[in-house]
Amino acid sequence: MGEGKQDAGYNKVRQITLAHGNGGAQMHSLIKDLFIKNLGNPFLNKLGDAAIIDLKAKKLAYTTDSFVVKPLFFPGGDIGKLSVCGTVNDLAVSGAMPKYLSCGMIAEDGFSQADLEKITISIKNACKSAGVNIVAGDFKVVEKGAVDGIFINTSGIGELFENSEIAISRIKPGDKVIINGTIGDHAASILLAREELKFKARISSDCTPLNSIVSSIISRDIKFMRDPTRGGLATTLNEISIASGYNIAIEESSIPINKSVRALCEILGLDPLYMANEGKLIAIVSKGAADSVLLKMKRHLFGKDARIIGEVKREKSQRVYLETLSSGSRILDMITGEQLPRIC
Amino acid sequence: MKILKIEGDKAIVSSGGVQRSIGINFLKGPKIGDYVIVHAGFAIEKLDTVKAEETLKILEELQ
Amino acid sequence: MKYIDEFRNLKIAEKLYRLINEEAEGLCQVNFMEVCGTHTMAVERFGIRRMLPENVRLISGPGCPVCVTPKNYIDKAIGLIGLEDVIIFSFGDMLKVPGTHSSLLKKKSSGKVKIVYSALDAVEFAEKNRDKKIVFLGIGFETTVPTVAASIKYAKKKKLKNFFVYSGHKVMPPAMRLLAGDKEVNIKGFLCPAHVSAIIGIKSYADICEKYNIPCVIAGFEPLDILQSILMLARQVKLNIAKVENQYNRVVRVSGNIKALSLIDEVFSTHDSEWRGIGVIKKSGLVLSRRYSDFDAEKNIDFPKVETKMDKGCICGSVLKGIKTPLECGLFSKKCTPENPYGACMVSSEGACAAYYKYPHPNLLP
Repeated sequence: MGEGKQDAGYNKVRQITLAHGNGGAQMHSLIKDLFIKNLGNPFLNKLGDAAIIDLKAKKLAYTTDSFVVKPLFFPGGDIGKLSVCGTVNDLAVSGAMPKYLSCGMIAEDGFSQADLEKITISIKNACKSAGVNIVAGDFKVVEKGAVDGIFINTSGIGELFENSEIAISRIKPGDKVIINGTIGDHAASILLAREELKFKARISSDCTPLNSIVSSIISRDIKFMRDPTRGGLATTLNEISIASGYNIAIEESSIPINKSVRALCEILGLDPLYMANEGKLIAIVSKGAADSVLLKMKRHLFGKDARIIGEVKREKSQRVYLETLSSGSRILDMITGEQLPRIC
Repeated sequence: MKILKIEGDKAIVSSGGVQRSIGINFLKGPKIGDYVIVHAGFAIEKLDTVKAEETLKILEELQ
Repeated sequence: MKYIDEFRNLKIAEKLYRLINEEAEGLCQVNFMEVCGTHTMAVERFGIRRMLPENVRLISGPGCPVCVTPKNYIDKAIGLIGLEDVIIFSFGDMLKVPGTHSSLLKKKSSGKVKIVYSALDAVEFAEKNRDKKIVFLGIGFETTVPTVAASIKYAKKKKLKNFFVYSGHKVMPPAMRLLAGDKEVNIKGFLCPAHVSAIIGIKSYADICEKYNIPCVIAGFEPLDILQSILMLARQVKLNIAKVENQYNRVVRVSGNIKALSLIDEVFSTHDSEWRGIGVIKKSGLVLSRRYSDFDAEKNIDFPKVETKMDKGCICGSVLKGIKTPLECGLFSKKCTPENPYGACMVSSEGACAAYYKYPHPNLLP
């Protein structure tokens, strides 16, 4: 269908040009043959100016995030997968089941159409995995250099779980801190893909939708959740400590870390506690329920390496302490600036 | 890191599943299986595993 | 990880802390200085300072090569970016060092600044891109110098005409001697750098022991190494002796690494060098020898003129010497932060101020 006809729009070999974003024939071809073809659903297919959604829930969660990752493709994912999981996860850790996403893309003139297709298919697969739909979209093209390759924004709506009572004010001394798996995988994967450090390792990003695992553990006992993305575990724990007012103590020996990620960090002088994750959540759980929450997590595909890593303390100096492997203890502060590989 | 393979002036070393090709110009008689100290892309010295075990023994026996 | 994890054993660490506390009883206040960036990091990372007795003070000296690189060097390196066809290659932690107006990190998006793990990667890039002038920023002490020397030798073998090194390399013993003689710093013992010692051997410290009566213990990087070395220093101080001891004998040989030393001698020669915050130390720096002058950036590239403004209010010099703590600097955590570093000590994660910012002083802890 369409073969032999003059192809005005979408072609895998060619590049995206300004014409693809200006509302004309080429753009409509692109929308039909790439976006609707891969992401289509009853909402999006209408191609209206807005999606009309009928929601039963009285309480909704709503979030937005923009994605500018470099490189665009890395072991374990790409900017497309990231843009879906990032928003899905913000909704999930807020105690909501993600349902509807919007997706806005800004590409630079000359961007590879083949790459755009790869990214779109990643978005499709991630949506399927998370059980969400893209119901509204936008595509713009700007002059070369105005953006670096492609930037994506997604926003999302989710319906709060009935038994969700996430609130920072509910955190109390004695609550346990649980993480669903290993730290630093995403940042390590990006670092290896981005800089030419010439190390080979079986490290891939942990980019994953978390709504299913949240759904399996959500209850009154989950006081608070957050996903430790930029700035890593240490920064997120600091945010929780500052917002709740309570100190948090964690034990280095109980923090799960992939053997190769750990080795890479030792070699390059990086601290995995400050490295970004894209498939992890921290849950603050009431003491009595911690063991059973842990068990539920471990039964889930994305929680096999879950551990209880620490607890909320009585003291109120808004500090996060780490009990190190060799008996000393140190304060874990917020991340300050970008970590770069050290010489010596 | 541990030497996995030697090719002339270079070796493939590995630690925890992380591998790299590095220069071994500074080593005397490197062998596969040797533990080496790697810095800025070169092995700067071999780790003497006998001495390492001795040190650990002394530390363990401290009263 | 083999031969690393065993040296982090919690039970043995606790034993060593107890022994250090016992040994320190009856000792007056002693200052032990470490002069190695990785030691600074390890001490902070494993929370060692908090566990030492009150009268044993562990000072971080000028062991961070990034921190002691003069501001003018940075300004000149940044100036090179303006030259057509020049691409700067550098180790990662150099990028954040503040120059007068900017830093290499701020210029990274231009594509003319690249991070490498090894100088050899820069040479290999030069080989594949003969139309570009590759300038490698040679920063680091004796552990790094042989690796850069080997890379330069490889470039010579390949007859490359487009690879240059801008040398800011320094050697450690002259700085240690300067600090040993400084009564204000009042060092009672040195934790000698682990991998620098693997290259230079243990004899380099003998004169410090003899002339200044300061014990020197070559210490490994793991917590048990550092603690055992502190114990060894404390014991020497108590017995009033001063000799070189090699705690890290699983890596450091008595005569060092002969191959590495002869390569350093072949490719580099010593000269007087400025240490940021301290000043000029005689014969403490390395420049490319005459034989390798074709690869010397300063001899082959027209560096654009730069004007370097000195840091006002910055007391990095005193901090580097251990005379003052970061807390005594008026700029600390106000104008000078890791995101916006003023002085050298805040720049590298190994710098004393960066470490203090991240891991506040024990006395301030609740």
